[in-house]
Amino acid sequence: MIRVQEEDFDPGVELQKLSEGNLAIGGVCSFVGLVRDFAGGEQVSAMTLEHYPGMTEKQLEAIEKQAQDRWPLDATLIIHRYGRLEAGERIVFVAAASAHREAAFEACHFLIDWLKTEAPFWKKESAASGDHWVEAKTSDDDATKRWDQT
Amino acid sequence: MKVLYFAWLKDKTGVSEEDIDLPDGVNDVAGLMAWLRGRSDGFADAFCDESVVRIAVNQEHVATDHTVSDGDEVAFFPPVTGG
Repeated sequence: MIRVQEEDFDPGVELQKLSEGNLAIGGVCSFVGLVRDFAGGEQVSAMTLEHYPGMTEKQLEAIEKQAQDRWPLDATLIIHRYGRLEAGERIVFVAAASAHREAAFEACHFLIDWLKTEAPFWKKESAASGDHWVEAKTSDDDATKRWDQT
Repeated sequence: MKVLYFAWLKDKTGVSEEDIDLPDGVNDVAGLMAWLRGRSDGFADAFCDESVVRIAVNQEHVATDHTVSDGDEVAFFPPVTGG
């Protein structure tokens, strides 16, 4: 399941709902992304996330489907927030549930790596020197390429 | 066609969304970007370095040689930074 929303989420509640009623699930792996209060040695007070409504949902669904095709997963969840977020707030939640831990770990890692390079979100940081758009990192592209199938 | 601009492409062009008629002689994304560059200083600045502009046609990531036609939804944005 995917959700794109402005409001916060509760990771505990989400994890509970994800595996509830499915006793074949042996493990759930999750990742929570937070707003850091520093960037390039500078203090960051908040972040504003812009996205492309419509394409965002389409891309997240495609990323989720790829994970489900690749690993034996019982459930997956991606939540991504947009709008203004203060330092310390949750931005993103990714979780993968499977009978065994390897699939859950790998799928969770894959989902966040792919999301970072494919889903149309853009971060603008608010720092003492002003607001600026965050530049994409080549290390994120490399992280995604790691999952390329040969 | 509908054209959308995100993040600093929106800031530089001063436009977030617009409807335009496919200009004469334009049939791919590269041609559309060349035409957009000629519109104003803001557009010229936004599209001065194509290597930092990403494109989606009908909400799918595409390259600059992708064809465009009336009725398409074309979006221009920087490399994504979500997550």
